[in-house]
Amino acid sequence: MTQGIYRVEYNRALAPGVWELRLSGDTSALTAPGQFINIKLDGFYLRRPISVCDWDGEGITVIYKVVGKGTAALSSVEPGQDLDILCGLGNGFDVSKCGRRTLAIGGGAGVPPMYALAKALLAAGKTPIAILGFNKKDEVFYEDRFRALGVETAVTTADGSHGQKGFVTDALPETYDFYCACGPIPMLKAVYDAAPTSGLLSFEERMGCGFGACMGCTCKTKYGNKRICKDGPVLEKEEVIW
Amino acid sequence: MVDTSVILSGIKLDNPIIPASGTFGYGYEFAALYDINCLGTFSFKGTTHAPRFGNPTPRIAEAPSGLLNAVGLQNPGAEKVAAEELPKLRQVFHKPVMANISGFSVEEYAETCALLDKEEQVGWLEVNISCPNVHNGGMSFGTSPDAAAEVTRAVKAVTTKPVYMKLSPNVTDIAAIAKACEDAGADGVSLINTLLSMRINLKNRKPLLANGTGGLSGPAVFPVAVRMVYQVYEAVKIPVIGMGGVSSAEDVIEMMLAGASAVEVGAANLVNPFACRDIVRDLPEVMEKYGIKNLSEIIGGAHNG
Repeated sequence: MTQGIYRVEYNRALAPGVWELRLSGDTSALTAPGQFINIKLDGFYLRRPISVCDWDGEGITVIYKVVGKGTAALSSVEPGQDLDILCGLGNGFDVSKCGRRTLAIGGGAGVPPMYALAKALLAAGKTPIAILGFNKKDEVFYEDRFRALGVETAVTTADGSHGQKGFVTDALPETYDFYCACGPIPMLKAVYDAAPTSGLLSFEERMGCGFGACMGCTCKTKYGNKRICKDGPVLEKEEVIW
Repeated sequence: MVDTSVILSGIKLDNPIIPASGTFGYGYEFAALYDINCLGTFSFKGTTHAPRFGNPTPRIAEAPSGLLNAVGLQNPGAEKVAAEELPKLRQVFHKPVMANISGFSVEEYAETCALLDKEEQVGWLEVNISCPNVHNGGMSFGTSPDAAAEVTRAVKAVTTKPVYMKLSPNVTDIAAIAKACEDAGADGVSLINTLLSMRINLKNRKPLLANGTGGLSGPAVFPVAVRMVYQVYEAVKIPVIGMGGVSSAEDVIEMMLAGASAVEVGAANLVNPFACRDIVRDLPEVMEKYGIKNLSEIIGGAHNG
C-alpha cells in the first residue's frame, strides 16, 4: 500500500449514475486485478473504497456507481484536482490460480475489475471469456472495451433490452475450467451455485480503514475470519460461507 | 532542542503519542508502513479471555467529522494473543506496549489480566470498562463507580504492572467514576472511549449498523474529550491518558493542557495510516511555536492555581 496525491485527468459519465475516473500518479503498489483504492474526499471523514478497473505506468482508471453522498461528491471532482489516495489495497485475483479458459463474470458495478482481469489473463497466455450482466440497455458500459481486447464477450440484461435476456448465469458457456466473479451478493451466490468449476469471488463490505487495521469489514469463511479489505476482497470459492 | 518525553507510571516514553486500541491492531500492519518505534507506545487491540468474532456487519458508518463503529471486540482471545500476536509484535516494536483488556465479568477481567501480566513486553494494562458495542459487559462496568472499583480491585490483585482504567463518556459524572478507580488502587485512568451513537438509513428506515448502536469517535468528539479530561484531572491525583478525536500535534498539546500525561490517537489512524508518525514528527516544531521546552511541564497547564 502507498499513500499519494493523484491528479484527476477526467471524470465522465459512462451510463446513468456510472462514472469513469482517470487519475495520474504512482501505480507501483498495484499488483493484481481486483485490488482497490481508498479516496479521501472533502467533507467526508472516512475514505471511499473504489475497485480498480485498469492501470498502467501513468495512472489508474476506476469506474464507480453513485450510490450515496460520498460517490455523489466523487462524481463532482474536476480535471486538474488533486486527490489523497491509498493505493494498492486488498488481495486481488491471482491469475496463476485461474484456468486456461477462465470466465470473467461482472455484474453492474462489479464489471470494472473484470477488465483488468481480462487483460492480465491475456498477458498470462490464458483465455478470458467475459460475461457482463446489467439490468437494462442504458446501463451497459465497457462492452466494446472488452471486445477491443479480442475477448469473447457476452452481455446479459435482466429485461432483455440488450444482449441476452436474463442473468449472467444464463450465459455460462459449455466449456471453461475456472471463473472469477464480482457483483452483488445474489449474483455471486447464483454463479457459485451454477458453475461447477473452482473460482474466485470478490466481495463488498462497508469499510473503516481499508487496510486491515480496524476490523470493520470482517466476515467468516471456512478458512477462518477474514477482513474483506485486507485478506479479501477476493476469496476462494471453497472458503465462502453464504 | 525540546524535550518531548513524558513518564507514565515510572516508564519513560520518548513522546506522549499512543495509537489507541482498536485502531492499530497488534502493530504489524502499521510496521509495514513506517518504523513504529517512533511512537511513545501503543495500546493493542482489545483482548478478551475467549476468542470473539464480534458483531455482524455493517460495523462502520460515516458521521460528520468522525465515524461510528460497532466492531464488538473481535479478537483471537488472550492465549492466542500471547502465543501468536505478541511474538510478531516483538519483531517490529521494541518498547513496552500497552495491553488493552476487556471482559464480561469481574473474574474474566482478572483472568485475562493475569495472563497478559506474564508477558514481559507488556508495560501497562489498560482495562476497558467502557466498550459500548458488547452486551452484558464492557460498558456496564464503567457506568457505575462501584462496579468500576470492583474491576479495578480484582485486576490490581493479580498484577504488579501499572493499571489504567479506560473510562466511558456515556455517564453523568465521569470524575466520580475516575475517583472510584483511584480509590480502588488504579495507577491511572484513560479517557474517553467512544460515545454511544446511531445513524439511520433513510431508504430502508433501519439503523445503518447491524448492531443498531455504535461508538462515535473522530474530531467530532474532541471537545467532549478535552472537557472530560479537564474534569477528571481536577478529581484525581493519578495520571490521566487523554484521547478522543486527537488528530494533530496541536490537539496533543491541548489535551495535555487539559490534564493528560499522555495522549492516545484513534480514529485518525484509520483515515491517515501515517497519522501518528506525522504527529510525532510535527510535535517539536509545534512545541517551539508555543514556547514549550519540556512537554511534561504543560500537563494540566490549563488549570488555574
